[in-house]
Amino acid sequence: MSVKSVAHTTCYMCACRCGIKVHLEDGRLRYIEGNRDHPINRGVLCAKGSAGIMTALSPARLSTPLKRTGPRGSGAFEAISWEEALRLLTERLTAIRASDPNRLALYTGRDQSQSLTGHFARMFGTINFAAHGGFCSVNMAAAGLYSLGGAFWEFGEPDWEHARLFLLFGVAEDHDSNPIKLGLARLKARGAKIVSFNPVRTGYSAIADEFIAVTPGTDGLLVLALIHCLLEAGQIDTEFLVRYTNAHHLVIDVPGSAEHGLIARDAEGRALAFDRTAGTLVAAESLDIDPALMGRFTLPDGRAARPAFALLAERYSEASYAPEAVAARCGVDAAIIRRLAAQIAEAAFRHPVVLEQPWTDTAGRRHERMVGRPVAMHAMRGISAHSNGFHSCRAIHVLQMLIGAVDTPGSWRYKSPYPKPIPGGGPPGRTVGPPGTPLDAAPLGFPLGPQDLLVDEEGEALRLDRAFSWEAPLAIHGLMHMAIARAFEAGAQKIDTLLLFMSNMAWNSAMNPGETTRMLCATDAHGEYRIPFVVVADAFASETVAYADLVLPDTTYLERYDCISLLDRPIGSAHGPADAIRVPVLDPGRDVRPFQDVLIELAGRLGLADFTAARGGPLYASYADYIVRHQRRPGIGPLAGFRGADGTAVGRGEPNPEQLRRYVENGGFWSQHLPPQQLYYKFANRDYLAGAQQMGFIGSAEPIVLQLYLEPLQRLRLAAEGHGARVPPQRLRARIARYCDPLPIWYLPLEQAMSERSRYPLHAITQRPMAMYHSWGSQNAWLRQILPENRLYLHRELAAELGIEDEDWVWVESRTGRVKARARTMSGVNRHTVWTWNAIGKRAGAWGLKHDAPEFTRGFLLNHVISEFLPGNGADAPQSNSDPVTGQAAWFDLTVRLERCSPDSPDETAPRPDANPLHITPRSEKPT
Amino acid sequence: MTMLPERAPGARKMGLVIDLDTCVGCHACAVNCKEWNTGGEAGILPDYDKYGANPDGVWFNRIHSYETESPERSRTVNFPRSCLHCENPLCVTVCPTGASFKRAEDGIVLINTDICIGCKLCSWACPYGAREFDEDNGVMRKCTLCIDRIYNEALPEAEREPACVSTCPAKARHFGDLADPDSPVAKLVEERGGVDLLAELGYRPTNKYLPPRQAQLPTGPEESPARPSQGVGAALLRLLDKALSR
Repeated sequence: MSVKSVAHTTCYMCACRCGIKVHLEDGRLRYIEGNRDHPINRGVLCAKGSAGIMTALSPARLSTPLKRTGPRGSGAFEAISWEEALRLLTERLTAIRASDPNRLALYTGRDQSQSLTGHFARMFGTINFAAHGGFCSVNMAAAGLYSLGGAFWEFGEPDWEHARLFLLFGVAEDHDSNPIKLGLARLKARGAKIVSFNPVRTGYSAIADEFIAVTPGTDGLLVLALIHCLLEAGQIDTEFLVRYTNAHHLVIDVPGSAEHGLIARDAEGRALAFDRTAGTLVAAESLDIDPALMGRFTLPDGRAARPAFALLAERYSEASYAPEAVAARCGVDAAIIRRLAAQIAEAAFRHPVVLEQPWTDTAGRRHERMVGRPVAMHAMRGISAHSNGFHSCRAIHVLQMLIGAVDTPGSWRYKSPYPKPIPGGGPPGRTVGPPGTPLDAAPLGFPLGPQDLLVDEEGEALRLDRAFSWEAPLAIHGLMHMAIARAFEAGAQKIDTLLLFMSNMAWNSAMNPGETTRMLCATDAHGEYRIPFVVVADAFASETVAYADLVLPDTTYLERYDCISLLDRPIGSAHGPADAIRVPVLDPGRDVRPFQDVLIELAGRLGLADFTAARGGPLYASYADYIVRHQRRPGIGPLAGFRGADGTAVGRGEPNPEQLRRYVENGGFWSQHLPPQQLYYKFANRDYLAGAQQMGFIGSAEPIVLQLYLEPLQRLRLAAEGHGARVPPQRLRARIARYCDPLPIWYLPLEQAMSERSRYPLHAITQRPMAMYHSWGSQNAWLRQILPENRLYLHRELAAELGIEDEDWVWVESRTGRVKARARTMSGVNRHTVWTWNAIGKRAGAWGLKHDAPEFTRGFLLNHVISEFLPGNGADAPQSNSDPVTGQAAWFDLTVRLERCSPDSPDETAPRPDANPLHITPRSEKPT
Repeated sequence: MTMLPERAPGARKMGLVIDLDTCVGCHACAVNCKEWNTGGEAGILPDYDKYGANPDGVWFNRIHSYETESPERSRTVNFPRSCLHCENPLCVTVCPTGASFKRAEDGIVLINTDICIGCKLCSWACPYGAREFDEDNGVMRKCTLCIDRIYNEALPEAEREPACVSTCPAKARHFGDLADPDSPVAKLVEERGGVDLLAELGYRPTNKYLPPRQAQLPTGPEESPARPSQGVGAALLRLLDKALSR
């Protein structure tokens, strides 16, 4: 008789964090299914999650710590003990910390434990920390957090229950997976209309009622045209604007002055507005005023000022934003844009959602019902991965605000613990005091102006990746995609140790794998590596492992404790806060350790504050111990549920030694449902905000004013005009002045503006295959049967024009290189766009695959023709290929040309870097 | 030659209803099916050349995504394909050993692999390509409608449905008794105009497909004529004239 058991834990095959039930038979994996009680997936599970068994059995799993023996990149290693690995690292990091802690750069990939890894960096004292957000979604996060105090994807979701019109921007099969699919099914069941703006019609776009094949990088312009139409038609929710946004705040209008474009304030620092009833200036937050949204007013000191809305209305009413003016550029007929605008207005204003649910605003006023605009929006990669993505995302948020579609019934809603004050958190942490002193705050933060940037006296970046500098002032997730290039450039003086966790930086996470691996192996005049020491923590033999000097083998997600914390990126929903854990289900049977355990032990050995016992040595025995006992602030720890000595406290409460057991008993998660009066208008909902403050989500229960007009950007812009003590270097002034516009702008993506469009007339992007959404650990015996190699897809008409037929090999050429791909024609794609599935191509030798695997021979990466740098411009060092506001990697700005390969061209992709499989000398065979 | 059973009056016809209007083509059903069945009573669903040049294996369910073109509209259709548990299954009647059989009580078509000789006649007889040959064991394999789930009293009642239905993130798959006109699946077929696949061949599939709906066409007002605009428009100014209250 076999022994059967079921464990509840959290999936980690992608970023969704679905609850799973893992069935075991005699200690071996039998079946993984969705947990029906779990708030994220409600019992469903995607293809990837269902293939978790094959990931747990992957031949690419690392099994022991490794130390490099051959040249970097050769794959030659010797197996070493954990004690040796930790001793090596402790010695190295102790020396760094004693001289200059910033010489440790810690970059973590799709890490779901950033509250730990970031805290480690802070206590170590290095500003050089970031996670993968800089090459993923920082445009969405920054635009959302600075505009709404929430964001698409991580911190918000559509109101699936009440939306009548759903606008989906730039989302293929990704971000997120199961919740969007569940939501689309609900919309379909209610007959709501789904419109997808995407150059490619697959997945979600395939089932949309309307597919708009927008030209990549023009979504922002299209949205501004929608705004133009709504303004023209007078279809604006002015009541929402004056109650909940800064639309009526007066903006100083004295061009050339040091305060031009800033919000006019009274002596107490309160923003001013003009009350039309009283005919006077008043504090904008005053109740029962009739604020002007247009006009020009005189401040007490004689200066002129205008409502923020007036600036907005004038700008987008211009003919240059009319559908007819943008149609050609966006690849969308003007009539369609006008019709969509009319549909938005109709859904918002003729079919409001009315819930007979009283609620009380922050002024104490009771509202008898909740009235909302049933136009929900969601956006992700296709907006984010462009160098104009921050402003494009801001444009969507402005559209939401203009029609009152933020956290009202039927619209987009905050996921708990959001909204947060705008922007949440303080400025990024700085080095204070002698080496060894913790930073004064977490390394990633929210600059509000020049004073918060991390720059030296010349205005140049302090951080390795130049985040929070004039090159990327609101880089709130850092620029992981630039870390290796900048470490290479700067040499050993700047960075000694580069510690990478869970990110394939030498392959599909590199903007250019060839350049990245060259830089990782480059030596200086003395034959020393320019990046002196590279440490890679990963569970699998990815392409990056071969470039490590020291490899810290991680476990798979089924072999570890983890927490999906409210301090980081939790699983809360619009219905209330939630968090979850992972528990070890399998015994690894390999000499591997969870990276978080290793980091906690390392921190103890280094003597870092918050990680070291009073008598010295590690304070926490493991990550599980840290999850239970660590307190970020009194009573607030990684998990919010089952706190307090008896496990009854939520949010705040002393650590509960039984907390993990209680989570296990509860199915691996904790969730709390908000009462109905708190479910909407959270930014101004008295009861919600009081509860959120009590739970420790926000510092104060003040209303959160939505930022139609983004004043912090204007502060940066004024500095670029020479005002203030901290100004950008001369070479960056025009750039800051242009891109730090407090109202959304649209501009041609930077690379496209600088490259020869006639030579590279086509856009090239990737989409995420649903069965492999998120590329980590994507080698999987079942999933690779579904998609073992990728094709380059192009429109039938374009193919005919270029003489390309299905299965032809073609060269995809960009300004920096070319890659060979097999073509497939289709109709559902923008006429000027080619695309492929992301991260299918792999490098021979990696991932435990055989030498003739199709992932090597015919699978390809577009990354080979992308560059992390924009075209150089002479004297100035080239800029990174990133959004100029946030530093977001501009993957989708790529332009290419296609050329059919000659018929005798071999049946394989190119470039195909040499195989560099790992050659590991076992510990026992080590020569003595 | 294998005989079909006499269908008892009132016998159930268990099957799937698959909604092509909401299927996003994510392969969740296919992988979860493989996962459930390979470790269960169906026996291992083999994988060939797992990490090599030609990764392949036995699947009871596969998803095809393709484009259809019509003068009005081009669209992408995601189409999951598995055994349809036909009422007139030639895959059964061609079987020389009786390994392929249809159950009288619920209409499920199964294979008894103990007496399957791997002659593949059934896979030739199936116009839907629903049967896959197990090269490791020399026998034919196919969807069992998860008979080890749907009647499994060890499972909570809510989980007694095929794995593909349980896991479908887009809720595009439905399971039930299609002989009962009052069952939710039969009603869905009625309401949505569910269709038989290749009805003209006369296999009378039990599984039904719900066709993609007519798109929710624009409900907005008539398209407004294009017009140049200068400055803030009159409509907006009229709106802004109204008194507001904060």
